[in-house]
Amino acid sequence: MPGKLKVRIVAGRHLPVMDRASDLTDAFVEVKFGNTTFKTDVFPKSLNPQWNSEWFKFEVDDEDLQDEPLQITVLDHDTYSANDAIGKVYIDIDPLLSSEAATVISGWFPIYDTIHGIRGEINVVVKVDLFNDLNRFRQSSCGVKFFCTTSIPKCYKVVTVHGFVEELVVNEDPEYQWIDRIRTPRASNEARQRLISLMSGELQRKIGLKVLEMGGNAVVGYLQCFDLEGESGLVVRAIGTACTLDKLSNPSAALLPACNSPSKEIKETPFSEDPNPNTHSSGPSTPLKNQTYSFSPSKSYSRQSSSSDTDLSLTPKTATSPKGPRICLSPSSPTLSSDFLTLTNTFQLPMGSGTSLTPHSGHANPVGLRKTVSFSEDLLLAASGMGSGGSAGKEGGPPKTLLRQQTQTALEQREFPFFTLTCFPPGFLVHVGGVVSARSVKLLDRIHNPDEPETRDAWWEEIRQEIKSHAKALGCHAVIGYSESTSICEEVCILSASGTAAVLNPKFLQDGSLDNYSEHRLEEPSPPSCGFCHIPYDELNMPFPAHLTYCYNCRKQKVPDVLFTTIDLPVEAAVTGKGCLIQARLCRLKKKAQGEANATAISNLLPFMEYELHTQLMNKLKLRGMNALFGLRIQISVGENMLVGLASATGVYLTALPTPGGIQIAGKTPSDMTYEQHISNMQKKINDTIAKNKELYEITPPKLFTLDPEVSTFKGQNTEISEEVIGSPIPEPRQRSRIFRSHSESSDEISELDLSHGKKDAFVLEIDDADAVEDIHSLLIDAPLPAGFYSCNTEIMPGIYNWTTGLQMFTSVRVFRLNNVNLTNQGLNKIFNDLCENLLKSLYFKLRSMIPCCLCHVNFTVAVPEDELIQVAVTAVAMTFDKDQAQESWKASVDKALMKVIAENEEQLQFPLELCSDSPGAQLFSPRKGLLESASAQAIPGAQRATSVEYSSFANRCNSWIELVKVKALTIRRGSIKTTSSLEKASPQAEGHARVRSTTAYTGSTITVVKMTPLSFIPGAKIIKYVGIINMFFIRETTSLREEGGVSGFLHAFIAEVFAMVRAHVAALGGNAVVSYIMKECVFMENPNKNQAQCLINVSGDAVIFVRESELEAIPVQPQTTSSQASNSGADVTT
Amino acid sequence: MAMELDVFVGNTTIMDEDVYLLWLDGYTVSDAVSMRMKSGILEQCGASQDVLESDTMDHYRTFQMTERLLHNPSKLVNQLLFQIPPHRQNMLIERWGGGAAIVKITVQKCYKILNPFSPSLAPSLPPSLALTGRYYAFDEAFVREVLGKKLSKGTKKDLDDVSAKTGITLKSCRRQFDNFKRVFKVVEEMKGPLVENIHQNFLLSDRLARDYAAIVFFANSRFETGKKKLQYLTFEDFAFCAEQLIQNWTLGAVDSMVEDMDVDLDKEFLQDLKDLKVLITDKDMMDQHKSLVCTALRGKLQVFSEMEGSFKNLSRGLVNIAGKLMNNKDVRDLFIDLVEKFIEPCKSDKWSLNDVRLFLTQHTNSVRALDAFKHQAVWERYMRVIQSCILKMYHD
Repeated sequence: MPGKLKVRIVAGRHLPVMDRASDLTDAFVEVKFGNTTFKTDVFPKSLNPQWNSEWFKFEVDDEDLQDEPLQITVLDHDTYSANDAIGKVYIDIDPLLSSEAATVISGWFPIYDTIHGIRGEINVVVKVDLFNDLNRFRQSSCGVKFFCTTSIPKCYKVVTVHGFVEELVVNEDPEYQWIDRIRTPRASNEARQRLISLMSGELQRKIGLKVLEMGGNAVVGYLQCFDLEGESGLVVRAIGTACTLDKLSNPSAALLPACNSPSKEIKETPFSEDPNPNTHSSGPSTPLKNQTYSFSPSKSYSRQSSSSDTDLSLTPKTATSPKGPRICLSPSSPTLSSDFLTLTNTFQLPMGSGTSLTPHSGHANPVGLRKTVSFSEDLLLAASGMGSGGSAGKEGGPPKTLLRQQTQTALEQREFPFFTLTCFPPGFLVHVGGVVSARSVKLLDRIHNPDEPETRDAWWEEIRQEIKSHAKALGCHAVIGYSESTSICEEVCILSASGTAAVLNPKFLQDGSLDNYSEHRLEEPSPPSCGFCHIPYDELNMPFPAHLTYCYNCRKQKVPDVLFTTIDLPVEAAVTGKGCLIQARLCRLKKKAQGEANATAISNLLPFMEYELHTQLMNKLKLRGMNALFGLRIQISVGENMLVGLASATGVYLTALPTPGGIQIAGKTPSDMTYEQHISNMQKKINDTIAKNKELYEITPPKLFTLDPEVSTFKGQNTEISEEVIGSPIPEPRQRSRIFRSHSESSDEISELDLSHGKKDAFVLEIDDADAVEDIHSLLIDAPLPAGFYSCNTEIMPGIYNWTTGLQMFTSVRVFRLNNVNLTNQGLNKIFNDLCENLLKSLYFKLRSMIPCCLCHVNFTVAVPEDELIQVAVTAVAMTFDKDQAQESWKASVDKALMKVIAENEEQLQFPLELCSDSPGAQLFSPRKGLLESASAQAIPGAQRATSVEYSSFANRCNSWIELVKVKALTIRRGSIKTTSSLEKASPQAEGHARVRSTTAYTGSTITVVKMTPLSFIPGAKIIKYVGIINMFFIRETTSLREEGGVSGFLHAFIAEVFAMVRAHVAALGGNAVVSYIMKECVFMENPNKNQAQCLINVSGDAVIFVRESELEAIPVQPQTTSSQASNSGADVTT
Repeated sequence: MAMELDVFVGNTTIMDEDVYLLWLDGYTVSDAVSMRMKSGILEQCGASQDVLESDTMDHYRTFQMTERLLHNPSKLVNQLLFQIPPHRQNMLIERWGGGAAIVKITVQKCYKILNPFSPSLAPSLPPSLALTGRYYAFDEAFVREVLGKKLSKGTKKDLDDVSAKTGITLKSCRRQFDNFKRVFKVVEEMKGPLVENIHQNFLLSDRLARDYAAIVFFANSRFETGKKKLQYLTFEDFAFCAEQLIQNWTLGAVDSMVEDMDVDLDKEFLQDLKDLKVLITDKDMMDQHKSLVCTALRGKLQVFSEMEGSFKNLSRGLVNIAGKLMNNKDVRDLFIDLVEKFIEPCKSDKWSLNDVRLFLTQHTNSVRALDAFKHQAVWERYMRVIQSCILKMYHD
C-alpha cells in the first residue's frame, strides 16, 4: 500500500555563521526519504532564512514509511567549493501512520551535527496520506501502536493481552566497516545514526506484523535495545507485550458506580452488540460494567486488517460452533486465513454485530511473515484463546464446550508466557511467585548473514526457556515484569533476563470475555489487597523450603515471609508505612583474559555475585524492617578486569506478610571478650538502625515487633552454612552476619530448578566471611535519607498518594577512575558503594528546593567502559507531594490510590469492584459447564498444573555456539502479614469525570514546555492522548574536548541537547509531555590524550498530551473525589 | 582515584541564584564553594563539601552554556536547549510591556524567579528576563571607570588595572566590558530610539536599558568622565545627563525618523551654537542681560552680591562651552568644562542648589527679553540641557 509523504520546509533560525567574511550563511535544505531527495532554494545571506518551500511529496511503500526516517539536511551553499553541512534532523514518521496518534508533525527542530551539537533550528511540517490498507500479504504493520509504558496506557482500556512479542535484527556496525578508515568521523557517525534509525524502524514494523498476526493492535511495554557488539556487528532487539487496546473514546462519560448487581451486568455484556460503545457509556443508566467490558469491535481498527480477528474474538459468547475449527488450526498452515475467514462469518450471524465486522472480515490473516520465528505457537494460542472466549456465556444455556482446561493451557501453550508489563489492571494478577532470572555468558562472533540472525535468536530463546522453566517450578504459568539486557566487553557478552513468576487471571489473556473467570473465584475469593501475595505453589510440594504463614490479611491463604518481585506494587496492595529505595552494590575483580577463558572466568563469578547481591538486598531489607521488594532490577556489567553488580529495588512492608525478623551477628571467637563486646556493639547499632528506620518509614505493624533473630537453619549445600544454627557457638573462625533463609532457599531452589530441566546444579553456594564483615559495614554506611526526601525505583512511592505538580526529571552521570592498581575486592566495593551513595547525596542536595519530595523511578545503570573506569548513570524524576496529607492511615490511602488509578484509567477495567462485589455467587453459577476435568484442574494448585508443560523444544536449541553458560535463577519468596481490604469503599468510583474544557493549556509561549518523566503518569494531570512513541539515538563526538569544557562539559551539553531534541519532537507531534521516558544507553568513550571523546545515547518514551486536572471541569460526583482533586489542583502552581 | 566526569542535567534547567551571582562576579569554582560553605548551606542540607563542589561545577557549566545565549537574549527566549519554565500568563505581554515595572531586581526576588521550584511565588517576570537582567547588571565602580572610554581592545587590556582598583574580579570586569561593547555594537547603527532598541534586543528592564543607553551614548561621544575633578560624580549623574543630551541635542530630538538619531549629536545644532557667542561678545547685550537677571533675582538670592560679581564670568563660561561644542574634542570635555567654568566657581562662593537653580532659570529666561538676540530657539535648546545637567551635578 503506497502512501504519500509530504514535507514542507518553512524556515530556519539561529543558524551558525558559515561564511566568516560576511558573518552570514547561505542556507538551503535537502529533504531525503529513501532514495529520493528534494532541495529548497538557497536563502542567501541570512541566519534566519525563510524558505517557505512548496510541499515536497514522496510516494512510497508503507513498508518504507515504517522503516525509513525522514532525513533533513541543512547546508551552506558555496559557489566554488563543496557545500558545507550545517546539520541534520531525523524525523521518525511512525506516529503519523497510526490514526490515533499525531496527524501532523510540525514545529521547530534543533539542527543537529554529531561534531558540533545543535546548530540552530529548522521549522518543518510533515504529513502523510495513507491509502487504506487492503493487501493481506503486506509486510507493513502501519497502525499498530507502540507504547513504552509498562502498564495499560491511560486513555485506553485493554481488551485482550495477547502476550510476548520479540524480534531482533542485526547488521554490520558502520563504525567497523573498512570504509570507516577513510571517511570523516561525521560521516561515520551519521551512517551509524541512520542505520540504527532504519533498523529500529524495521524492527518495529516486524513486531507490528507479529502483533497483527496475533490479533492485537498495540504493543505495550515496548523495550528496544541496541547491542554494540563491536566487530561482530550491531544488534537491535525489542520485546513487548501485544495487546488489543480500545480507546476510551469518551473519557468524560460518567461512569456510574457499579456495585449494584454485577452479575446481571455481566450477563448483559455479552449481548451488548452495539457497535458504538459511546452511546452505551453515555447513557446514564448503563451500568459501569457495560462500558468496561463491552468489547464492541467497532471503531478504530480501520487500518488493520487483521484486527478483525480480534473483533471477532471479542464478540462474545453464544456461538459455540467455531471453537472446534479454531482449535485444530495448525498455526503454520497457510490455510489459516481462510479458516479465520469462515469463522468470522459464522460468528457474525449469531451475533448480529455484523455490520461493524463485515468490512474487515475479508482480510483476516497475514500469513506472509518474512522470518518465521518462534511464533507459531502464539498464533495457535491466539486462536484458541479466541475460542475459549466463547466458552463463558452466562446464561448457562449454550453449550460451553470450551473448557477451563483449554483456557488454562492457552497460557501454557504459549512459547513464552511473558509480559513486559509491570503494572496491571486490578484483578489481572492472581498470585506472585517470586523473581526468576537467568544469565548466560556468550562469546561474540561476527554475524555472517545479517538476514539470518539465528544465533542471537537462539541465545535469547534459550534464556527465555530457562526463565519459563523457573516460573513453572514456582507453580506459575506466566512471567510478568519481564525484561532483557546485555552487557558486552570485547567479545564477551552477558545476556540477562529477569521477571516475576506469576499466576494471571486468564480472562484478559483470552479475548476479554469477562465471565470466564471462575477459576479464581472457585479457588479463593481472596481480597485484592493480599491475594497476590498468596503462594501459587503447592504447600506440600514447595519448590524450595520456605516459611509459610497464613496471610495476615485474610487469614485464609498461605503467604511466604519475604516476597521479591520485578513489578510495580499493585495499587490494590495493602502496605504499611512508606517504601524506600534499596540497593545492593558489588564489585568483583577478575583476571584479564581472552576469549573462552575470559568467558569461563566470568561465568564462574556470576553466581557468587548474584548470591552476594541477594544477601545484601535481604540484609538491607531487614534493616529497614520491611518484607517485600518491588521493581527489583539486577544489573551485572562486565569490564576487562572486573564485574560490577548493582541491584535496585523498592522495599515495602506488605501488610499481608509477616513482620520480618531482625539481624543477628554471630561472633567467631566466643572466648575473646573484647571481640564479643565489639560484636554486641555492632548488634546494638543494627538494632537501633532498624528501630530508626521503622520510625522513618512509618512502619507500625499492628503486631509487636521483636528483635529476636529468626531461628534459621541453613539448608544450603554448603556444610559450613548448615552448621550455623543459632545458639551454637560454632568454632567458625570468622564473624559473619546471620544469613537468612532465603539464601539457602535460593540455593535449594536453584538445584531444584536445574533438576527441573534436567541440568546439573549450576553453582555451589559459598559463604566468604570477609564478605560478611563487608556486608555489615555496607549495611551501616548507607546514609539515611535527608529529611523530606523519599526515594523508590518503582512508578509510585508506596505510602505517598497526594502528589502535587512539581516535577523534575533529570539524568546524572558519573565516571570514576580507579588509579589504584592493587585494589582488593573490598576496596573496590567501598569505592563503588561510595560512588553510588555520593551520587544520591548530590541528587538530594540539588533537589532540596523541592522538599517534600520523592525521587521516583530511580534507575541506575552501571558500566565499565574501560579498564579503570566505573560509570554510573541515573535517570529519575523528583515529584513533590503534599506533606500535610502524607500521614494517612494506609486504608485511606489505598482507597485513594485506587480511586486515582481508576480515575485515571477511566472506564478501564473496574475489576476490583467485581472482586469485592457482594454477589459472587451469581458468578459462581457461571456455566462452567466445564467438565470434571476443568473442575479438578481448578482445585489443583498452580504448581502441579505447571508441571504438565513440556520442555521438549528447549533441549536442542543451543548448540552451534560456544556455550559457557551458567544460568541460574533466584526465586525468592517468604512472608507474613496483616491487612484488611477496603475495596467497597473505593468502589463508588471517583468518576468525577471530568470533561476537557480546552486542550490549549499547553500552548502559550513560543516554545511549548515539555515535561519529561520516567513514570507513566503526570501527577495532577490527565493524559488525554498518546501522540506517538519516541525512540531516538544520537551520537556526539568531539575532537576538541578541552575546549568544550572537558568530559563533563561535553557530556553535560550532549545530555542537554538530547533533552532538547526529545522535547522538540514531542512538541512537533503536538504533545506536551513524555511519559515512560528512559535512557536506555549512554555509552561514553574518551581519549583525553587525543583531546577526543564520543558518546552514544539512546532514549525512548511516549509522547502524550496532558491537561491539568485544574483545567478539567470536575463533576463532583463524590466528595472524596473532589477533595482529592482539590488537593492536587490546589498546589498546581509550578509547572 | 578521581571523579573523571560528573554531570547533572535536569529537564527543567535548575539555576541557583546564589551561585549565579558568584559566577557573575567572576569567582572561580573553588572560591565559590568556599563562599557557599560560609553561608552555612551545608549545615542546612546536611551535605558534604564534595557534594557542594559537584553542585557548583554543574551550575557553572550550565551558566557557561547559557552565556552564549545571554549574549543575544532575544535568542534566549526561543532557544530550545534549556527549558527554563515560562510563566503561565501573559508571558509575552509582560516581557515587552511589563518590563517597565521592574525597577530593580533585588537579589531576593531574583532568587525566587530563578528558582524553578519555588512553586507558590508565581513570579511576574519571565525568568529569562531576570537572568538577562542579572547578566547585564554592572557594578557602579566598574562603570565609572569605563564610562566614556572607547570600547576598544586597548581599553579591555587595561581592565586588570580597573580590576585592581575596584576590587572586582577581572573576569567580572571583562564580562561587564563585553556586555557594554556588545550592546554598543548592536544598537550603534540602529534606527529608532536608543533605549527602546536596547530594551528590545537585550530584553533588559527599562531602567537597565536607560543605563545602557547612557553607556552607549558616552562611549560613542567619548565624554571625559575620569578626570579627578569629575570623580565626585556618580554614574547616575552621568546617566541623567546622557538622557538629557539624548532627548535634546541629538538628531532624534528633532526628527524621530532619522538613522542613528540617538547616538550622535545634532551637528547642525552644534554649529548653530557658535551664534550664541553674541551674548558675550556684544557688550551691550551682555550688560542688558546682566541687569535683567539681577533685577529679577534681587532679594531672592542668598548670594546675590557674589552672583553680581561673577555674572560675567559665569555667563562667559556657559556661552564659551556652547561655542566650542562643534569640535569633537571639546564635546568630550563638556562635563569637565561645566565643572570648571560653572560649578566650581559657584561652589567656592557657597551657592546653594536653589541659588543655582534660580540663577540658571533667570539667566536662560532673561535672554528672551533681549530683542537684538536672534537665536532664541538654539539658546533654549542649549540651556535646557545645560541647566538640568548642572543642577544634577551640583552636589558634593
